[in-house]
Amino acid sequence: MTKANSAIEVSGLHKSFGKTHALDGLDLVVETGEVHGFLGPNGAGKSTTVRVLLGLLRADSGAAQVLGRDPWTDAVELHRHLAYVPGDVELWPTLTGGEAIDLLARLHDGGRAQRVRQGGGGRRAGGINKQRRAELIERFDLDPTKKGRAYSKGNRQKVAIVAALASDAELLLLDEPTAGLDPLMEVVFQDVIVEAKAAGKTVLLSSHILAQVEKLADRVSIIRLGRIVQSGTLSEMRHLTRTTIEAETERPAAGLDALPGIHDLQTLDADAGRVRFAVDGGHVDRAVRKLTEFGIRSLISHPPTLEELMLRHYGDELAANGHSGNGNGAV
Amino acid sequence: MTTATVKKAPARTAPVTGGNGLAGTRTLIRFNLRRDRVRLPVWTLALFLGTIATANNYKELYADPEDRAGVAKTMDGPAGLAMSGPSRYLTDYNFGSMLGHQMLGFMAVLVGLMSVLVITRHTRAEEETNRAELVRSTVVGRHSHLAAALSVAVIANLVLALLLAVGLAGAGIDGIDGTGSLLYGLGHAAVGIVFATVAAITVQMTAHTRGASGMALAVIGVAYVLRAAGDTGSNGALSWLSPIGWVQRTYVYVDNRWWPLLLCLALAVACAAAGFVLSTRRDVGAGLRAGKLGSPVASDALGTPLGFALRLHRGTLIAFAAGLFLMGAMYGSILGDADDMLKDIDQIQEALDRIGGASIAESFASMVMVVITVVAAVYVVMAALRPRSEETAGRAEPLLATGLSRARWVGGHLAVAMGGGTVVLLAAGLGFGISGAASTGDAGLFPKLVGAALAYAPALWVTVGVAVVLFGWFPQASAFAWIVPVYAFLVGYLGQILQFPDWMNNLSPFGHVPQLPAADMSWTPMLLLTLVAAGLVRLGVAGFRRRDLETK
Repeated sequence: MTKANSAIEVSGLHKSFGKTHALDGLDLVVETGEVHGFLGPNGAGKSTTVRVLLGLLRADSGAAQVLGRDPWTDAVELHRHLAYVPGDVELWPTLTGGEAIDLLARLHDGGRAQRVRQGGGGRRAGGINKQRRAELIERFDLDPTKKGRAYSKGNRQKVAIVAALASDAELLLLDEPTAGLDPLMEVVFQDVIVEAKAAGKTVLLSSHILAQVEKLADRVSIIRLGRIVQSGTLSEMRHLTRTTIEAETERPAAGLDALPGIHDLQTLDADAGRVRFAVDGGHVDRAVRKLTEFGIRSLISHPPTLEELMLRHYGDELAANGHSGNGNGAV
Repeated sequence: MTTATVKKAPARTAPVTGGNGLAGTRTLIRFNLRRDRVRLPVWTLALFLGTIATANNYKELYADPEDRAGVAKTMDGPAGLAMSGPSRYLTDYNFGSMLGHQMLGFMAVLVGLMSVLVITRHTRAEEETNRAELVRSTVVGRHSHLAAALSVAVIANLVLALLLAVGLAGAGIDGIDGTGSLLYGLGHAAVGIVFATVAAITVQMTAHTRGASGMALAVIGVAYVLRAAGDTGSNGALSWLSPIGWVQRTYVYVDNRWWPLLLCLALAVACAAAGFVLSTRRDVGAGLRAGKLGSPVASDALGTPLGFALRLHRGTLIAFAAGLFLMGAMYGSILGDADDMLKDIDQIQEALDRIGGASIAESFASMVMVVITVVAAVYVVMAALRPRSEETAGRAEPLLATGLSRARWVGGHLAVAMGGGTVVLLAAGLGFGISGAASTGDAGLFPKLVGAALAYAPALWVTVGVAVVLFGWFPQASAFAWIVPVYAFLVGYLGQILQFPDWMNNLSPFGHVPQLPAADMSWTPMLLLTLVAAGLVRLGVAGFRRRDLETK
């Protein structure tokens, strides 16, 4: 197929449900071959975005291209090249997990490939790589003989994850895929995504598990109120944001507050000369040189965690809701 | 009510109750009534007002005694009796006995439906959604859910009985007196409570609300068919197997017999006790039948939209086909009597001659077809609305994110709905044809009856079309597709009794089908219905393709 430079290109996307503006001018670019973290709390518009990218919802305005296709008009053809894991998988009560996996895999090819049976050299049967399917079922510790209604939430997620990863899709749209998975399975999931990336697949990983995104994502987009508020690699984003520094000096450090880019200066222990402050990415050097003037005994610097990056965009909301920051937050 | 009779079950496990198995029942009853504060008043008022309106309607339609005598004569045949009640009522056909004869059996089905839904909603549906688990973790006895649900059903039925007794007695209609009205009301309550306790058993059997409701509704259906066969046939023994038959044999407003209500009470006590005993033999959330494991891989057929849809619809389709085959066979078995019973009645013979050379058996068969097609239409609407329930349950989303187009996905379901509807009709026709041909000794009747059933297929397809248009363009209003079978039932069934004008009949797709085998075949309406169905389906699918998928 023809391939655009970026796997996903979205600009100025708007989508309303009645009076609610779910998407309010969303721009998003996901490069081919990257794992792209899509961050935001519940209700920010993550799932709506993914569903527009799948052609399940029709955007009110704006442009979206997925693998060089229009997701609304070209949905079916597009779906042959991608796989989707929803955050809340519902299965058919009377079908077993194994049947659901096969069904999704066969329909992935529009039911066409189902006559391609095992043997004759082909390992694929019905759009699914049987070996891969068996391996994934094993790794995720899934019982494929249970009926859909007998599965717990986490096991339903596993069914969808196995179906998506056993396919030969080049793009994976994962909408909070590990909700309900236990920590052991979370590790398996992360391994599998790393492998998928190594195999050249593109992944859009919508999540609010920051540790997961921090570990897997090459680039991150943060969505708020239906709009991307920040997008870039983690190191880019860190550079743009504040580093927290905690220092102990021989003499009490004075004059820090006069420096540019210093925020939230706190004196933790005046006698011991312990201070803590946040400093903007571009001013770390000046601040540290200032500290050396007072004789540094110890110096701890935290790069901003993803949580702090998020809080930077959502902190006002928390404050408005009566939550205080966690003290060393970069907000 | 019946809860007091419950003994501790000889359960496998030792009873865990530290004492009161009914703790918290009163709170649960209040809670259930609160949840049903709209539902139950609507049910009871609709049933009550429908009865009052019918009684008033009689007063206008059949003002003269001659009119009533005329109705009594038309009713006194297999077709009339199958649709109403035992012929004892016809001896003195005043407004009261008309009500008891024509409405009681029909209302019993509706009251039963209300009662069954109350029970499944407050017991099995609670367990299936895991809400019962949460409630049971508090100070609530193991029998409290069932006891509370039964209490609510009893309350609803008694309220309805009271409304009917007071409302009818006060309506000032000749022949409808106070004592009769009280019996009439309590007859409704008795049969409603019986079916509520039947549901108390079925909810123990399966872990699924739909299955439990379906089983209980099947019992209502069998009870109705038994009484229909018993009232029509030469001996009434079959009617005595049916609770609906029992309340009809109170001969309300004619003899005012009270003792058949005791039969209902005894059966209700027995069923409720069985329900409580069975409930102790299972775990919360589980059914008596354990869940089975299935195949770890999908069969080849499952990979196509049609094969997949067929798999989802399989159970319902088989159940309806089997049910309608039996229903057809039952009506067929009394077809032989129809000729004998009516041969000597001149008026009916004359009336039938006017229809056009049809035999009595054939005209009766045409009436039966109406009932059969309404049941088939219920199946068809259920099947055609399946895509909607798949969509709202969030199960359409992962499928439509694959290489499956919306049209093919919905097309699979529609093919099953239309094809399945035809299969269901065929099953009914076969049952009716085989046993009808056997009971009349006329083998030539078999192909006629099968053909008569199949003639309704295009009208079923139109019903599917209506459901698809709603699904495609007004998904929130999909449930309005139920209007089609309900309306067809009203005009096809009550219309015969209440003499609706022609245009009302023509509004229903079923009104355009030639009434085989009594009438002649005419292909034009069949062709037109097929074209209308095709147009509606295209329109509906087009609507679905351009709207947002509803997601959770």
